[in-house]
Amino acid sequence: MAARRAASSILSRRPIPRPVAASSIGESALLGAGSARGWLPGALHRFSSAPAAAAAAATEEPIQPPVDVKYTKLLINGNFVDAASGRTFATVDPRTGDVIAHVAEGDAEDINRAVAAARRAFDEGPWPRMTAYERCRVLLRFADLIEQHAEEIAALETWDGGKTLEQTRGMEVPMVARYMRYYAGWADKIHGLVVPADGPHHVQVLHEPIGVAGQIIPWNFPLLMFAWKVGPALACGNAVVLKTAEQTPLSALFVASLLHEAGLPEGVLNVVSGFGPTAGAALCSHMGVDKLAFTGSTGTGKIVLELAARSNLKPVTLELGGKSPFIVMDDADVDQAVELAHRALFFNQGQCCCAGSRTFVHERVYDEFVEKSKARALNRVVGDPFRRGVEQGPQIDGEQFKKILRYVQSGVDSGATLVAGGDRAGSRGFYIQPTVFADVKDEMKIAQEEIFGPVQTILKFSTVEEVVRRANDSPYGLAAGVFTQRLDAANTMARALRVGTVWVNTYDVFDAAVPFGGYKMSGVGREKGVYSLRNYLQTKAVVTPIKDAAWL
Amino acid sequence: MAAAVANGDKGFEVPKLEIKFTKLFINGRFVDAVSGKTFETRDPRTGEVTARIAEGDKADVDLAVKAAREAFDHGPWPRMSGFQRGRILHKFADLVEQHTEELAALDTVDAGKLFAMGKAIDIPGGANLLRYYAGAADKIHGETLKMARPCHGYTLKEPVGVVGHIVPWNYPTTMFFFKVSPALAAGCTMVVKPAEQTPLSALFYAHLAKEAGVPDGVLNVVPGFGPTAGAAISSHMDIDKVSFTGSTEVGRLVMEAAAKSNLKPVSLELGGKSPVIVFDDADLDMAVSLVHMATYTNKGEICVAGSRIYVQEGIYDAFVKKASEMAKKSVVGDPFNPRVHQGPQIDKDQYEKVLKYIDIGTREGATLVTGGKPCGENGYYIEPTIFTNEEMSIAQEEIFGPVMALMKFKTVEEAIQKANSTRYGLAAGIVTKNIDIANTVSRSIRAGAIWINCYLGFDPDAPFGGYKMSGFGKDMGMDALEKYLHTKAVVTPLYNTPWL
Repeated sequence: MAARRAASSILSRRPIPRPVAASSIGESALLGAGSARGWLPGALHRFSSAPAAAAAAATEEPIQPPVDVKYTKLLINGNFVDAASGRTFATVDPRTGDVIAHVAEGDAEDINRAVAAARRAFDEGPWPRMTAYERCRVLLRFADLIEQHAEEIAALETWDGGKTLEQTRGMEVPMVARYMRYYAGWADKIHGLVVPADGPHHVQVLHEPIGVAGQIIPWNFPLLMFAWKVGPALACGNAVVLKTAEQTPLSALFVASLLHEAGLPEGVLNVVSGFGPTAGAALCSHMGVDKLAFTGSTGTGKIVLELAARSNLKPVTLELGGKSPFIVMDDADVDQAVELAHRALFFNQGQCCCAGSRTFVHERVYDEFVEKSKARALNRVVGDPFRRGVEQGPQIDGEQFKKILRYVQSGVDSGATLVAGGDRAGSRGFYIQPTVFADVKDEMKIAQEEIFGPVQTILKFSTVEEVVRRANDSPYGLAAGVFTQRLDAANTMARALRVGTVWVNTYDVFDAAVPFGGYKMSGVGREKGVYSLRNYLQTKAVVTPIKDAAWL
Repeated sequence: MAAAVANGDKGFEVPKLEIKFTKLFINGRFVDAVSGKTFETRDPRTGEVTARIAEGDKADVDLAVKAAREAFDHGPWPRMSGFQRGRILHKFADLVEQHTEELAALDTVDAGKLFAMGKAIDIPGGANLLRYYAGAADKIHGETLKMARPCHGYTLKEPVGVVGHIVPWNYPTTMFFFKVSPALAAGCTMVVKPAEQTPLSALFYAHLAKEAGVPDGVLNVVPGFGPTAGAAISSHMDIDKVSFTGSTEVGRLVMEAAAKSNLKPVSLELGGKSPVIVFDDADLDMAVSLVHMATYTNKGEICVAGSRIYVQEGIYDAFVKKASEMAKKSVVGDPFNPRVHQGPQIDKDQYEKVLKYIDIGTREGATLVTGGKPCGENGYYIEPTIFTNEEMSIAQEEIFGPVMALMKFKTVEEAIQKANSTRYGLAAGIVTKNIDIANTVSRSIRAGAIWINCYLGFDPDAPFGGYKMSGFGKDMGMDALEKYLHTKAVVTPLYNTPWL
């Protein structure tokens, strides 16, 4: 088969480049404060050096992480404790597959203990009873502590999750502090409405904390998802039981200890490491939990919602999968579009729910776009995430690694043209070559399912109407990118795309105040921004007659 | 019998105070006035001169506006993100807190305010307000609109530009931060004129703001007098907004100057004659303490002073007796003395004005229950005073001193009618356990703040400002940001839109 031959010829060229002399943090502007600077041509030159022929960084000896693992136990009621069962599980370094640490493995019994602690903290403890200003101050101190421990936190995050240190240290850890300060500022600005009545009544709306929130976070952005979930829940005065992903339990335990140092009362935040079918399911079905928030796959999201329905009908926020279109119009500056589309997909090893994983390119610029995307992918620096200049680390674990390679095979089998990558990178750990498919058709599996890896799929289109129809023809609706200078096309597509976020001439802008969440099977509810507070507040109407009202 | 005077009491320490800042603060530097002139600021405990301060007038206001204009039109402040502004305001708040003792002492020697209160409330309150608006700076939202035609519309909330703030002397710190914090959060630049009686802490705050990272030209402080510096601000063609707190009479001049110059929007927080209504079902002791606090806090120099006290007939006599006993126990004296409840009035003018009102009250036939006289050998101390009887001018005009006017009423309707029979509408207190009375009276009183079973219920999140001739526009809360923001509507046609 032609496609197979193409794949093997690509592979024979060893497209894993050596680290280029990248002196600054590659994607620091990616999640920056609304800035497009990092996306624009100046940034391109950083990555313009020619790919090296051999000696993948991924095959070098792994750099020793500059951090010790201090916390491996469950955090329940302000104390680090062993699992009730005494069991532990291994968390693994995705660079090598070696064990980093054995972590206490929480299951139903530990969830029961954590919920009981949270329940007490909420029902009787000081947290919901102190002033919002005091809660605000705790969160502000927490933000300061995160900044003080930024090096350690970033190193843990990189070690456990394979994310580049430049990304965790340069962007993610500062953003956690930034999110916490954002929510701190909301704590004392939670307003209910005083409502007009049809008759002589005085009506007020109180927004009360919802109670004990169960939160389940994924492994792709452990700290950022911690911030998205814990920040608003705490600002609103709730207690929390947080289950981290079994792949990445370490950073949440560390920052949770800082939160207690900042003055969080015991029991307000409990962190249970463990697995979905045991700890996660116990949390979702718990009768003492008042609210669930989950980020992860659509498949698991369904189970979460179902368990909530079967237990106490607790409301659920879901932030699930996506197959987000990135649409390049014919007026695009191709170099800029290529770079933006490249980052939209490859950022974080492609392990982003909102990855721009269907790159729709207008037929007039298609060939040039494919050629340049290939060159950019071949130039992408894969290697030890602790090394400076590395753009892409390993995938999170063996399971994901194998799954992605199966999708690559499926792309080849279904007749897409493999123009770059297509295989593992290096000989150990979970590294995958930056992979690009061209001539992808809508009906191919790689254009329909979430791959969650460094695999770009490029599709051709000719009209706005057509691309909108095809972009919307997906069970997902998380995000979309639109790349054009034409105001009318931008406005039309911004409204026509059935997704929770449209980035126009930018991508992956995750400012604290911008709501994020999905349409369709990408989820329910919104996180970040003022909208996130709704997830953690009850709404109570208080009505009383008013005698001789001066006005109504 | 007169209230105790604690001036002879030497069992306390007056902190050593060095006055560090006496010049105008313009474009990030302390400078002399263009004219070279200075004025005296005096210690109301003694009437003696504390410091000589550079006296700003029109020429200095022009320079300050020029700096603020430049900082707004070309500087980084409105161009950085709200979050970055918020970080600087947080730092500013931390610096204020670190200097609490020194700042409280400045306000005490400048305004005769209780040192202990300054340390516990005024200065930390300023820091808290800064933190509130630090957290608000990244929460200024425009809206996308529901248009009647195939159009996309949205609003932008833009900083209004250069703001003139004119601040009074009774709460030099609190009023400074009422005005400056939301304006900074909104991204405005500003010229602040503190009162000529109390310039010291404002200059110190200018210094701390710079240290915190507020860029040069964003916050300018020009001490001076109303008819010169104040008038120059109000009538300046290059100031986009004036925010004033002070008397109703001066507020009128500010608004007139704004109208005659560039029609700049104005917000005014003016005088009051705020009622406190005590119903028969009230806990008497609690009500007496509440009313005492409402009237005498800050020696009655407070725009929201509970200066008309209406007590229902069933408890009126008992109330008068207890209120009088409490006033007599109040300790007047050196505000640095922690045992003291009431310091001196701000200056000779105010002191004489208060005594004149007391004289008028007596002559018009009101009954003087207690107080009524100056106390102490020097300085501007006045005894806590209580009058009873109705329909006197002391119950109509703002005295701005430690004078309580106690009056009797029978029914809820009568209380409402009396409470509203004033040209002011700043605040009101209600003391009752009855939910219907509380709710009915709350809606019926034409005033901007209603405090039920409490008084001075100020909070960073609670907007504050008057009805009627007490002014318009709100300080504090998210409402205060609105004063410093323009709303711009942006509209563009939509083609082939899937929904409208």
